[in-house]
Amino acid sequence: MSAERKPPGVAVDASKLEALRGREYWRSLEELARTEDFQEHLHREFRVPVPMDGGLDRREMLTLMGASMALAGLTGCVRQPEERVFPYVRPPEESVVGEPLYYASAHLHGGYARGILVESYEGRPTKIEGNDLHPSSKGGTDVFAQGFLLNMYDPDRSQTLTERGEIRAWSSFIAAVKLALERDRSAGGRGAGLRFLTGTVTSPTLLQQLQDILAAHPDAKWTSWEPVGRENAMEGARLAFGEPVEARYRFDAADVVLSLESDFLGTGPDMPRLVRDFAARRRGKGSNRLYVVESTPSPTGAKADHRRPMAPREIEAFARAVATQLGALPSGVSGVGASAAGAAPGNAPDPFAAAVVEDLKAHRGASLVIAGESQPAHVHALAHAMNEALGNAGKTVDYTEPSAGAPLTSQSATLPELVADMAAGKVGFLVIVGGNPVFDAPADLEFGKAMDKVDLRVHLGLYEDETSRLCHWHVAQAHELESWSDARSMHGAVTILQPLIAPLYDGRTAHEVLAAFTEQPDKTAHDIVKDYWKSRLATTGGGADLDTAWRTALHDGIVKDSEFKAKDVRVDSSALEAKIQNPKSKTEAEPAGLTLLFRPDPTVWDGRYANNGWLQELPKPLTKLTWDNAAMVAPSTAQRLGLQTEDVVELTLDGRKVLAPVWVLPGQSESCVTVHFGNGRARGGRVASGAGFDAYALRTTGALWSGAGLQLSKTLRRRTLATTQHHHSMEGRGLIRSVTADQYAADPRIVAKLGEEPPGPTDTLYPKLPTGSYAWGLSIDLSTCVGCNACVIACQAENNIPVVGKDQVTRGRHMQWIRIDRYYTGGLEAPDTLFQPVTCMHCEDAPCETVCPVAATSHSAEGLNQMVYNRCVGTRYCSNNCPYKVRRFNFYLYSDYTTEVLKMVRNPEVTVRSRGVMEKCSYCVQRINHARYAAEKENRPIRDGEIVTACQQACPAQAIVFGNVSDPDSAVSKVKSEMRTYGLLTELGTRPRTTYLAHLSNPNPKLGGAARPAGEGEHGHKDDV
Amino acid sequence: MQIFHRSTNTISRVSVFGAVFFVAFLGWLMDAVNRSPYVTQQHVARVQPVQFSHAHHVGGMGLDCRYCHTTVERSAFANIPPTKTCMNCHSQIWNQSPEIAPVQESFRTDKSIEWVKVYDLPDYVYFNHSIHVAKGVGCETCHGRIDKMPLVAQHPTLEMSWCLDCHRAPEKHLRPRDQIFTMGYVPAGDQEVIGERLKAQYHIRPSNELTECWTCHR
Repeated sequence: MSAERKPPGVAVDASKLEALRGREYWRSLEELARTEDFQEHLHREFRVPVPMDGGLDRREMLTLMGASMALAGLTGCVRQPEERVFPYVRPPEESVVGEPLYYASAHLHGGYARGILVESYEGRPTKIEGNDLHPSSKGGTDVFAQGFLLNMYDPDRSQTLTERGEIRAWSSFIAAVKLALERDRSAGGRGAGLRFLTGTVTSPTLLQQLQDILAAHPDAKWTSWEPVGRENAMEGARLAFGEPVEARYRFDAADVVLSLESDFLGTGPDMPRLVRDFAARRRGKGSNRLYVVESTPSPTGAKADHRRPMAPREIEAFARAVATQLGALPSGVSGVGASAAGAAPGNAPDPFAAAVVEDLKAHRGASLVIAGESQPAHVHALAHAMNEALGNAGKTVDYTEPSAGAPLTSQSATLPELVADMAAGKVGFLVIVGGNPVFDAPADLEFGKAMDKVDLRVHLGLYEDETSRLCHWHVAQAHELESWSDARSMHGAVTILQPLIAPLYDGRTAHEVLAAFTEQPDKTAHDIVKDYWKSRLATTGGGADLDTAWRTALHDGIVKDSEFKAKDVRVDSSALEAKIQNPKSKTEAEPAGLTLLFRPDPTVWDGRYANNGWLQELPKPLTKLTWDNAAMVAPSTAQRLGLQTEDVVELTLDGRKVLAPVWVLPGQSESCVTVHFGNGRARGGRVASGAGFDAYALRTTGALWSGAGLQLSKTLRRRTLATTQHHHSMEGRGLIRSVTADQYAADPRIVAKLGEEPPGPTDTLYPKLPTGSYAWGLSIDLSTCVGCNACVIACQAENNIPVVGKDQVTRGRHMQWIRIDRYYTGGLEAPDTLFQPVTCMHCEDAPCETVCPVAATSHSAEGLNQMVYNRCVGTRYCSNNCPYKVRRFNFYLYSDYTTEVLKMVRNPEVTVRSRGVMEKCSYCVQRINHARYAAEKENRPIRDGEIVTACQQACPAQAIVFGNVSDPDSAVSKVKSEMRTYGLLTELGTRPRTTYLAHLSNPNPKLGGAARPAGEGEHGHKDDV
Repeated sequence: MQIFHRSTNTISRVSVFGAVFFVAFLGWLMDAVNRSPYVTQQHVARVQPVQFSHAHHVGGMGLDCRYCHTTVERSAFANIPPTKTCMNCHSQIWNQSPEIAPVQESFRTDKSIEWVKVYDLPDYVYFNHSIHVAKGVGCETCHGRIDKMPLVAQHPTLEMSWCLDCHRAPEKHLRPRDQIFTMGYVPAGDQEVIGERLKAQYHIRPSNELTECWTCHR
């Protein structure tokens, strides 16, 4: 990065934008501004020229090269070392050595279960796939479900039970608990000083255990704290319905959707299902329409047909205005009237709000209003009222009881109450069951300080972290994949978690820790869970005997009929209106200055995945930032304050300060700065250390999601941010194509016209290659892709792709085989955002193959562009000649060859690459071969859909289709026969086998959508550029 | 004044000329060593922790290969039998023999018998037993006369060229599916003719596909 780079806000002038011919796409501010820097780096393969890190000069280099050449031949003379085979003594049932088995279990996201299937090779879990029987997965996954596997194998996990740092036996822990309880009993106590702190608990067994313990100790209390909590949603439901209920949205039935800062397509416990449903509707004939108002860009905003950046208080005003006009609030006028809606107070009624209202009204019973978790309870209540007024209740949304367990009111305490008790010395025995409150509790509570006053502190956790450091006892936790447990999905569906492997270390489950407080302290988690279900499964299992019901539940990954039935609840709109009549004064007062928004990190979540290399190196959906978090500011704000990306600023909120690097983010609301919390761990492990800053340091109980009055002052420091967004630029050709549904309906050839004509099939210098019985091809639908990255991580896990670290990413050497390009179009302040996953194109006439001097990359008869690692000598000519820049080179020994436990996560069907070889997407050839063996053994052709690539399996939107393109009846052929299919750079005559379905948007004609020709930029809120 | 003796001329000619041969010889020698059983371990009988004789169990008693190597038709890996398989018989017969002691030890302590791998392919080769067996490649084709080996040795060189010999011309080695596990199979007629017929019958892919890189490497 050059130091003289101009601030993007300054460099971009409006005239340049207006001069753009056609609908142009840009990927970064530098590209839009056409800075010299950017032009220069476009012509480089890698962002930074390849340096020799040892500082060698030319002579030394030649000497070493000569020596290596001379010695290279000798390596071929090494005898293979003798290897041993260790057969089973007594073989386990069902196992066929060398063939994987799949077990159903669940991944818990903020406590809520999402069904997964786990691939296991000889007892080693190696890959997570979605479980299509589970209502929250429907076969899809997200990045966390894919990534949490690596946490299990994390060598930094805590490995044993300790007391003040000394290793102890489990029996001494039980004795210590017993002693503490007896002391309390002899003092005539009823557990007055006993406190439990958990995350969100949906496990029926754990709830039962907790309730039993609380009943035995009537003065004990239970606190549940989740950094990304659903309190606002629950409170909103209470306002609207009089009781907390969980809304179950049916996007597959909704034609018009209004999202009030809800990132339902980006993150959340139910995300895979919601994306799948949304994509199904979008794929359908009458494409749905999504309106999003939000303060900070999200993947959901990127998928919107109309997105409007708004400050948080404007969103509430907008919600009120829309609700009033929809008749959701009976008397019509409320505190903040319709005139305040949208971004133009004082003007005539906002045309945007009016259009949204009209569209929603036109789709009664087939529309949806959804509010995000960061929104105040009022907005949630308003969304419920709007859905009811629109007749959506029962059609596109129904309501169930929440599956998160609530303690008995008399024995529950909020986190502030707990901390107050701790600080007052009323807590004698604190049991922290999972979680890391010292790191993630609101900063104003000073949880760590209050801990000092607690006599006995126990922490159960996967890591020795910030919290365990302040606890007497640290119990190493068993990972979810090592544990027996159970958990409910958002809407109650129970999954019984089964262990895929015996605990790698001396790990214990929450069930076992709680059992220490009962009469049966040695009971195993398996017995605890099974005993709980013994009586209950028979009733839900449809009369089958317990063993069958238990095995069926384990096999399916879901307990039959356990999902909650819809509840009949109604919004009392007049009561609601009275309750939300006077919005809190702080929303009325016009706060000067900036608002700081807190959001969970899109890749490390609330910090629990901070030590996960796959997730740390995963480019965040919108910024493409890795290994860091940043303070994201709007371009106009950056210009006003003289900031540019990578400047370090001091953020001050309520007297608390934090240093953060700036990221200029198009589409950000100009009055807001967004930070992601979860990074900046003090004791997170080797991977987490040094990654990002701690945004929790500014997060307080009064400002969990947004805090007004942010002071931002520039420092003289800069911090290099490792982004992948610059890499592999594609020079403004017709790479990403987007048209409106109407334009496409009027002229299906419009997509082809957006690019150059490919040469005819015979216009090639390449020799004709033999063809086989199959021709593999891939299609990616840009309309439904939400840019969620699940495919990237799935590919990484499946194909043993190494993690390279921040330094290497800044040099452009990240190794993920799939990258998701993010394009902007339109103005800086409210651009449209598009995602495009790019895999190897498996060109039929592949430029990479002709330049390899050692034929390490060659073509198969079935059209696969084969990469042979053991032949590759690392000239990198292929990568130079690849127009798509999808080849990845092992500059160093990136794969960890030494850490024993990390060897276990590898897929045994794929080579672990060494230094100096090229690699790239293989269309999961191991899965192709596996299906081929199965088919050929049965003397039949490979069935359509039999091969599912890792990316395709993980995709919650089902945007990726793989199959045989020479069979006209295959699913992929059918998809590819759509007129909106196009290939990347087909004008070069590469004839790629990976093709795309052009993005179809469905804008509202009333908002100028239909007037927008295919090639014209719009949404130009350029007034302040 | 003659510094060097006349013979130096000859010596230098011979050594300059001979150096070419010497380098060529060295090259040949390295190649020969590399292909010799010293490196490839071909025909080298391995000492195993249990003095198990295939000659006795297969040749003498006629056990089917699949009694022990159960996964050969289903998996890439033809498993080494679990201790339990040995104990099926040897809990009853020869159970006093000192030869059986390591097996009993394994069964008692639940620790695997550490067999020495005889056919050790490089890690970037993904060989699949099940597909070869299904396509008419007999055990004997690669493993030799197991029924005559008291201690098992590697029968072929396991060089890539050896694999390719068959992938280029499978008809020379195919046998009917009911003869896969036969030892000492003799084709009932001209192998080339039978091979061609079986190749068609078993839908064996053309050799250009069988010799593609990703058939074995990935």
